[in-house]
Amino acid sequence: MLNTRNTTIFELSGVRQAYAKPSGQDYVVLDNVDLTLRDGEIVGLLGRSGSGKSTLLRIVAGLVKPTGGSVRHHGEAVAGPTDGVAMVFQTFALFPWLTVWENVMAGLKAKGVPAREAEARTEEAIDLIGLSGFESAYPKELSGGMRQRVGFARALVVHPEILLMDEPFSALDVLTAETLRTDLLDLWMERRLPIKSILMVTHNIEEAVLMCDRILVFSSNPGRVAAEIRVDIAHPRNRLDPQFRAMVDDIYGRMTARKPLVASSAATKRPPAHAVPLEHVSTNLLAGLLETLASPAYHGKADLPHLAGALQHEIDDLFPIAETLQMLGLAEVAEGDIHLTEPGRLFAESGLDDRKRLFAEHLIRYVPLAAHIHGLLKEPATQHVPSSRIRAELMPFMSEGYAEETLKAVTNWARYAELFTYDDETETFAFEDAD
Amino acid sequence: MVWINTNVSVKAADAAPNRWDVVALPLVIGLLALLAIGGHQMALPLTSVEEVPVTLDPWMLPEYALRSTLRMLAAMAASLLFTFTYATLAAKSRRAGMLLIPVLDVLQSVPVLGYISFTVVFFLGLFPGSVLGAECAAIFAIFTSQAWNMAFSFYQSLRTVPRDLDEAATGFGFSGWQRFWTLEAPYAAPGLVWNMMMSMSGGWFFVVASEAITVGDHTITLPGIGSYLAKAIDGQRLDAVGWAVLAMLLVILAYDQLLFRPLVAWADKFRVELTGAQEVPESWLLTLFQRTRFFRAVFAPFDRMLGRLVWLRLPVGGASRGAAGGLQAVGGLLDRVPARAVDMVWYLLLAVAGLWAGWSMIAFVSSGVDWGDVGTVLLLGGATLLRVIVLIAVATLVWVPLGVLIGLRPRLAEKVQPAAQFLAAFPANLLFPVAVVAIVRFDLNPDVWLSPLMILGTQWYILFNVIAGATAFPGDLKEAAANFRIRGWQWWRDVMLPGVFPYYVTGAVTASGGSWNASIVAEAVNWGDTRLTAHGLGSYIAQATEAGDYPRIVLGIAVMSLFVILFNRLLWRPLYAFAERRLRLA
Repeated sequence: MLNTRNTTIFELSGVRQAYAKPSGQDYVVLDNVDLTLRDGEIVGLLGRSGSGKSTLLRIVAGLVKPTGGSVRHHGEAVAGPTDGVAMVFQTFALFPWLTVWENVMAGLKAKGVPAREAEARTEEAIDLIGLSGFESAYPKELSGGMRQRVGFARALVVHPEILLMDEPFSALDVLTAETLRTDLLDLWMERRLPIKSILMVTHNIEEAVLMCDRILVFSSNPGRVAAEIRVDIAHPRNRLDPQFRAMVDDIYGRMTARKPLVASSAATKRPPAHAVPLEHVSTNLLAGLLETLASPAYHGKADLPHLAGALQHEIDDLFPIAETLQMLGLAEVAEGDIHLTEPGRLFAESGLDDRKRLFAEHLIRYVPLAAHIHGLLKEPATQHVPSSRIRAELMPFMSEGYAEETLKAVTNWARYAELFTYDDETETFAFEDAD
Repeated sequence: MVWINTNVSVKAADAAPNRWDVVALPLVIGLLALLAIGGHQMALPLTSVEEVPVTLDPWMLPEYALRSTLRMLAAMAASLLFTFTYATLAAKSRRAGMLLIPVLDVLQSVPVLGYISFTVVFFLGLFPGSVLGAECAAIFAIFTSQAWNMAFSFYQSLRTVPRDLDEAATGFGFSGWQRFWTLEAPYAAPGLVWNMMMSMSGGWFFVVASEAITVGDHTITLPGIGSYLAKAIDGQRLDAVGWAVLAMLLVILAYDQLLFRPLVAWADKFRVELTGAQEVPESWLLTLFQRTRFFRAVFAPFDRMLGRLVWLRLPVGGASRGAAGGLQAVGGLLDRVPARAVDMVWYLLLAVAGLWAGWSMIAFVSSGVDWGDVGTVLLLGGATLLRVIVLIAVATLVWVPLGVLIGLRPRLAEKVQPAAQFLAAFPANLLFPVAVVAIVRFDLNPDVWLSPLMILGTQWYILFNVIAGATAFPGDLKEAAANFRIRGWQWWRDVMLPGVFPYYVTGAVTASGGSWNASIVAEAVNWGDTRLTAHGLGSYIAQATEAGDYPRIVLGIAVMSLFVILFNRLLWRPLYAFAERRLRLA
C-alpha cells in the first residue's frame, strides 16, 4: 500500500568509520556501507552487537562524523546534527528532572517554536502516543513502556522527516514491547505519524521482519552490509504465517553462514592465531545449551529460531553461545541449525570432572590463546605470566574493549577447566597451587 | 537522611602524581608569592585600618551573627560563580583542563589560613582606608575554603553526563546555553549541592578565623561572631565565649533548616537513576513552599522568567554573551587549532610559566630566609604530620566501631546522624579557649595537649560517614553473616569493616585535610596574655603571619602544601583506589 518509494531522503555511500589506534593500525567499525532511505519506508539495520549499526544510525543523525564516504540529505552533504531527524533511544534518554510534558516540549523549545504552537503540538503528540493523563508525571514515576512512549512523543513532536530508532524495544519486557510495536505500526499504517520514513536498529530478527520494508543485515568486525532483504509481506503481519517464518529462517541462515571470522580487510599484518578476539560466554551457558540440545526434546539437533523462541533468547544472547560451542568443537552451526558434535554429546552426558577434562582438552586444541598462555606457563623458568604481557600481544590486533573481553573469556574458561588461574591482585596468570 | 557523596575530589584524578603536578605546584604557590610581593608593596603606605569596635554585649550577637552569615552567603555566591565558569572551561576544553585540573588539585591542598595574610594585605591595598578591603579578604578566605571541591564535583559531573542524554540534547539541537541549564547543570546538581553543604560546614571555621586577624602591624576586626570571640579571648571572658558558641549553634541550625534541607530535598529530583530512591530527602520548608498556594503564586513569575532565561537560544560559541556559550567558545578556540604542534607549544608555555613561577617563589623566599630554615621547616612539618597521623588513627579507633554500632541501629542512626553532621559544621575554634584554660589550669604540655584541637572539628566526618556506611550495608549480607554465625573479630574483619571502608576513607580524607588546615590555628593559641605554642608547621606559619614575615609564610605554605599533596597521593588515593576496586558493593 505504501508504494510511493520514489523520493530519496538520505543517501550514504562508501561510509567508513575507523578509530586510530596507537599501534598505527586503524580499528574499523564500519567499512564501505551504502544505504539509501526513501520516502514511505521502514528500514531495519539488523546485526550483532559490535557490528556498527548503532554507529551508522548516529552518522545519519549527524551525531558522529564518518571518517570516510559521503552522507547526503536531499542531495546536500551533512555536517553537524541533521535537521529533520529525531531519535528514540534504547535507554529512553529522558531528562529525569523534567516532567513528561516538559520532556516532550524540550525539542520544540530548543528550536524556539513560539509557546502557543509548542503547547498545541505537545498536546497533540501526547494524545497521539497515548500519554494523556501522564503530562505532569516525572519519568521515574513511569513504567518502562510509558517511558518509551514519552521517548516516541518527544521525537514525533518536532515533526521529523525521519524517525531514528536505536533498539527502542529491547529494554522492555516481551509484552510491553509487542504493544508498543503494534501501536507504532498502526499509527504508521494509518499515516497518522508526522514522518516520512523510519530507520531502526535492532538485533531481534522477528522484530525486523515484523516491522520493516527493507532489512540490511550487518556482519561484524568490521561492520558491513552482508545482505539486503526486501520484506514484501502485507501488513498486519502474522508471526505464524509460513511466509513470515520462512523469512526469519532465511535470515537466521544468512547470519550463521560459515564465513571467515575476520574478513580480510586492508590489514597488511595477519594476526597470529592467538590474537583473535574472543567473546566471553559463561561456562554455565555453554553447558546449559549443550544439555538442552542433548535432551530428548531436541536429540542433539535444533533449529536456531525455534530454540531462540523456546529459550526466550534474542540473537545477541544465543549466537555467541552457539558460536563459542562451534569454536570449541562441541557443536556445529550452519544454515540456521545447530547440532551437537560427538565431544559435545559426551560433555552433556558426563559428570563435572570429566566435563572439565574434556573442556581443558578442547580449550588447548581450539583456543590458541589458551594454548599460548598454557605454553608460556609450562616453560621451566616461568612462575607466572603477567596479563599486561598478553594484553600487549593482543592490542595491535583489536580494540582495547575487545582485548579486555578476550582476556576475560580466556581467564574464565581456563578457570573452569582448571587449566590455569588468574590472580587479580598481582594481575598474573599462574598454575593453581598443586597442594 | 543518608546521602553520601560520590564526588570526593580525591578520586578526581588518577592516583599517581603526574607531570602536571610538577607544573601546578610552583604555579599556585608562585602566584601566591607574587600576590604577597604585590600586596606588600601596595600596603606599605597604609598606616592604619579603620577599626570597627566590637563589644562583648550579648545583645549585639544577633547583628554579628547576621554579618557573619552574610559573609558566608557572599562567599558561597562567589564559589558558585567560580564553579560554573572554571569547571565548565576545564571540562569543555581538553587543553584548558590539562592546566586547570592539576591547579585545582594543588589549590585544595594549600592551607587556606596560611595565605589569608597576603590576601588581607592585597585587598586592603585594593580598597585603601576602607573596611571593604577587609570584608573582601574575609570573604575571599571563606571562598577559598569552599570553592575547590565544588568545582571538582561539577567538573566530574560534566565529564560523566550520560551519553544518551547528551545525544538527545545534541539531536534536538540544544544550544550551548540550553544544554548547560537543561542538561549539564541539573545533572550536576545533586553532587554540587552535597559539596556545597560540605563546603559550608567547613566554612564556618574560616569565618571565625578570618574576622579577626593580625598581620604585622595591621589588626583587622570585622563585626561578626569571629571577632566577638577574639575580643572575648583578649579579655579572658569565658561567659562571652559561651554566648558566641550559643549564637553559632543557632546560626548553623537555621542555615541547615532554612537553606540546606530545602536545597537537598529539591536537588533530589535531579538524580538520574530512574528507579525511585528508597529514601527521599525531605524538608518541611520546601514542602511548605511547594504546597502553599500563596508562595506558589509569589514565585510563579520568577519561575516563568527563569524558564524563559534557560531556553533562550543563545548561540553556541561565536559572539555569545552567555556564560556557558562564551566558555564553550573559549574552550573551542583553545581546542580548535590543530593537534600535535600546538600541543607542544602549549606544554612548553605551561612549563615556562611553571619554571618562572617556581623561580620567583624561590627568589622571594630566599630573600628573607636562609636555607638552614628550610630544614627546620621540614622538621616542623614532620611534627605536624605526626600529629595528624596519630590523631586520625585515634579518631579511627574510636569512631569506626562506634559509627558501625550506631549505623546498625536505624532508629539510633536517625538521631545521631544529624548531630554528627551538625558537629562537623560547628567551628571548633570557638571551643579552643576552653581547652586553653584547661591546659593552663592543669599545667599540661602544649606539644601534646594542643594537638587534639586539630581534630576537634573534623573527626565528625569520620563518624557520620561510617554511620552512613553501616546504614547502607546490605541487609542480606548482614543476615548471611548471622546465619553462618560469623561473630566477634571475624565479623569485623570479613563482614563489617570491608563494607564501611569506602565510606571511612571518604570521611578520613576530609578529616585529615581539615586537620592540616586547623593546625595553623590550633598549634598556637592565646588566652588573654597567655600564649601556648606547640612545635609544628602550623604554629610556624601562624607566627610568621603575626610578624608579617612574608618569605617565611610562603616557605611554610609551600612546605605544608607539599606535605598535604604527598599525604593524599601516597596514602589516601591508593586506599581509595583499593576501595573502589575491591570493596564496592555493587
